[in-house]
Amino acid sequence: MSCINKKHILQIKDLSVSFTQYEQGLRQIELKVIHKLNVSVHEGELVAVVGASGSGKSLLAHAILGILPHNCNAEGNIWFEDKLLSRDCIEELRGKQIVLVPQSVNYLDPLEKVGKQVRRERNEETIYKKQAELFDFYKLPQNTGELYPFELSGGMARRVLLTTAMMESPRLIIADEPTPGLHLEAAKKAMGHFREFADQGNGVLLITHDIELALEVADRIAVFYAGTTVEEAPVADFESVDTLRHPYTKALWRALPQNGFHPFPGNQPYVTDMPKGCPFGPRCSQFTPECEGDIKEQTIRCGTVRCIHAE
Amino acid sequence: MNNAVSVTVLQKYQRKGLNQRTKTRVHLTCGGIFLIAITVIGTIVGDAAITTNFTQKNLLPHMAHPFGTDWLGRDMLSRTLKGISISIYIGLFASLVSSIIAAVLGAAAATLGKRVDAVITWFIDLVMGIPHLLLLILISYALGRGTIGVVVAVAISHWPLLTRVIRGEILQLKEANYIKIAEKLGHSKMKIVVKHMIPHVLPQFLVGLVLLFPHAILHEAALTFLGFGLPPEQPGIGIILSESMKYLSLGMWWLALFPGLVLLTTVMLFDLVGDSLRKIIDPYSVRD
Amino acid sequence: MVLEAQGISFGYKKGLDILKNFNLTVESHERVGIVAPSGFGKTTLCQILSGYLKPASGQVLLDGTDIHKMKGYCPVQMIWQHPEKAVNPRLRMKDIIAEGDVIEDRIIDGLGIERDWFNRFPRELSGGELQRFCIARALGKRTRFLIADEISTMLDLITQAQIWNFLLEELAERNIGLIVVTHSKPLMEHITTRQVILDTLFVKDNVI
Repeated sequence: MSCINKKHILQIKDLSVSFTQYEQGLRQIELKVIHKLNVSVHEGELVAVVGASGSGKSLLAHAILGILPHNCNAEGNIWFEDKLLSRDCIEELRGKQIVLVPQSVNYLDPLEKVGKQVRRERNEETIYKKQAELFDFYKLPQNTGELYPFELSGGMARRVLLTTAMMESPRLIIADEPTPGLHLEAAKKAMGHFREFADQGNGVLLITHDIELALEVADRIAVFYAGTTVEEAPVADFESVDTLRHPYTKALWRALPQNGFHPFPGNQPYVTDMPKGCPFGPRCSQFTPECEGDIKEQTIRCGTVRCIHAE
Repeated sequence: MNNAVSVTVLQKYQRKGLNQRTKTRVHLTCGGIFLIAITVIGTIVGDAAITTNFTQKNLLPHMAHPFGTDWLGRDMLSRTLKGISISIYIGLFASLVSSIIAAVLGAAAATLGKRVDAVITWFIDLVMGIPHLLLLILISYALGRGTIGVVVAVAISHWPLLTRVIRGEILQLKEANYIKIAEKLGHSKMKIVVKHMIPHVLPQFLVGLVLLFPHAILHEAALTFLGFGLPPEQPGIGIILSESMKYLSLGMWWLALFPGLVLLTTVMLFDLVGDSLRKIIDPYSVRD
Repeated sequence: MVLEAQGISFGYKKGLDILKNFNLTVESHERVGIVAPSGFGKTTLCQILSGYLKPASGQVLLDGTDIHKMKGYCPVQMIWQHPEKAVNPRLRMKDIIAEGDVIEDRIIDGLGIERDWFNRFPRELSGGELQRFCIARALGKRTRFLIADEISTMLDLITQAQIWNFLLEELAERNIGLIVVTHSKPLMEHITTRQVILDTLFVKDNVI
């Protein structure tokens, strides 16, 4: 990546995730939810993976951390600070160097006090000190540790999840829809902490369906469609449709209310009806027979795209 | 730029053996066949179970009489089979009646308003508060013991648990968004019950019904064992077991062991079948 | 037709009112947006306006008739935020759409619903596809007002554009009034004719 001179913190190539599900009756089928996904995060960057809700992008977070449900298959190459990770490496790094900030306090144990969960049940002096420091830093009252998850307000809950993540001074935060239902101003404020974290030289991978938020806080955006990333581009490229690469990204841009609210016909293919080759093919005006073959990723002007017609 | 020749496998789903649904189907089929076989054979056996033959009294288990014979020379195998099939019939009938009571009461409690619900809930607590066996004995005694006594007693005392389950299911279902939407779309309450509620509750109901069988069967056996149930002429499992008690100290262990084992196996099989059914219906384990 | 909310007060807990003396009048040709921060009772308000919740005091009138006293098909139809919870998972899509009040083919096609989805179960469709069915189901013959509670928040942007473009046309043609809740400012400005701001317990009216 010649455009970015910084080091990679995270690099993912050809990640595929599928899971086994019951079809009618007794047969089981394998659903390929993520297919050959590529995304990377450099030092000091906040990268957003943007896609519709329920399209499988949350599984991306779980795949990186090795916490997929047991009926999933996953393969792919993940490099963390340029080291190729194996299953065991992922387990070691999880919770320490790579952390997850999930959507809501539903990820916490409702029967345990917050403090205990933040400290991950450890009782050393140093841990208590760190907890106190972080609570202070995120402007949480010191007695927050004595509350139960359901007693936290929305904003407090978000900051508690953040504190839990930061206890081990991680290098990479994966944030899975961290601001659900918030309007733009409040969401931007909430994302402020993540932005600070990235600016300190670490990395943030934000997974969200809210493209407007992504445009405000991210450095680069990876566009997720039908199980894969069709384009990865710097945020500046989103100011005009001409600087975007993939036909889907362009259609997305034009569909924004502020850009004309143009509807583009067709639907994202369902995971059992994936077309051959490019998943966007059936809807694309530039479709040619070659699009049904293997589409390689190209690098164009500081961004990557999966389209043979892109320029 | 990092590159790799091959792709690392991060997780591989290894399912050992057959998947849950196939396993369940196997359980259901085998269990079902076995139980039907016992019941049918037991019914056919008829005379062999009550024919006495004093030349063959008190024989140990052997080829001609795999379960031995009793003090009247009756073949224990046919007696046991007949006995268990009688118990199964009673159990089935009682379960059916109990389930219907449970369905009606459960639905009524959940849909007819707070007062009806309060009354029914109070009634459930009342019946559940009385030790079950005691209740069975009381009802059976009040009805003059015998077959009618035990059948009615078992039939009208097994409904509380299932009623609670059905009541809970319907109460929860009433809050579902799609039910509220159906009301606003102008559907009548009856239409909603038929189209949405019954299909939702039916699986739970069926599972509850099947799981009632072992209880009913065991209770009938217990009642009869204690002398409050079937008359001695009917070779119910309970009778067989209670009579065998007198001969245990004489060393005739086979009179109790085989009938007891058959009862145990039958009850466990019903339980297995019911459990398998429940696993298929329970969404949390259905992915396996 | 006019939808009026008069003196609506509501609170989930005693003494903690989410809405106090709320008033709103919407006419058939209007598209009104409700603006408020999260947790301020927008969904509650939507449910009260469409008859799902009874207000503690006040009433909701459609051309003078209290909608909570109406039986049968309710002319004020609400579309919920989460389509997965708004459909019976055991029914096929064709049965779900049949629940509506005679939905015309024109609406089904206009919302981009494909015929071979009709035989599927809800779990076999994505959120966007399910939401299209829910919207179609709500646009029956007798619908006079539509209340949209964050209906496109979770959807693909393109799906959002498709759905709203169709809706705006359809509502204008049939003179169906719209009340919409969304946290997206650009979307709000694009689809509404005026906005109402819910500020803690009182309302400030804001006409564009």
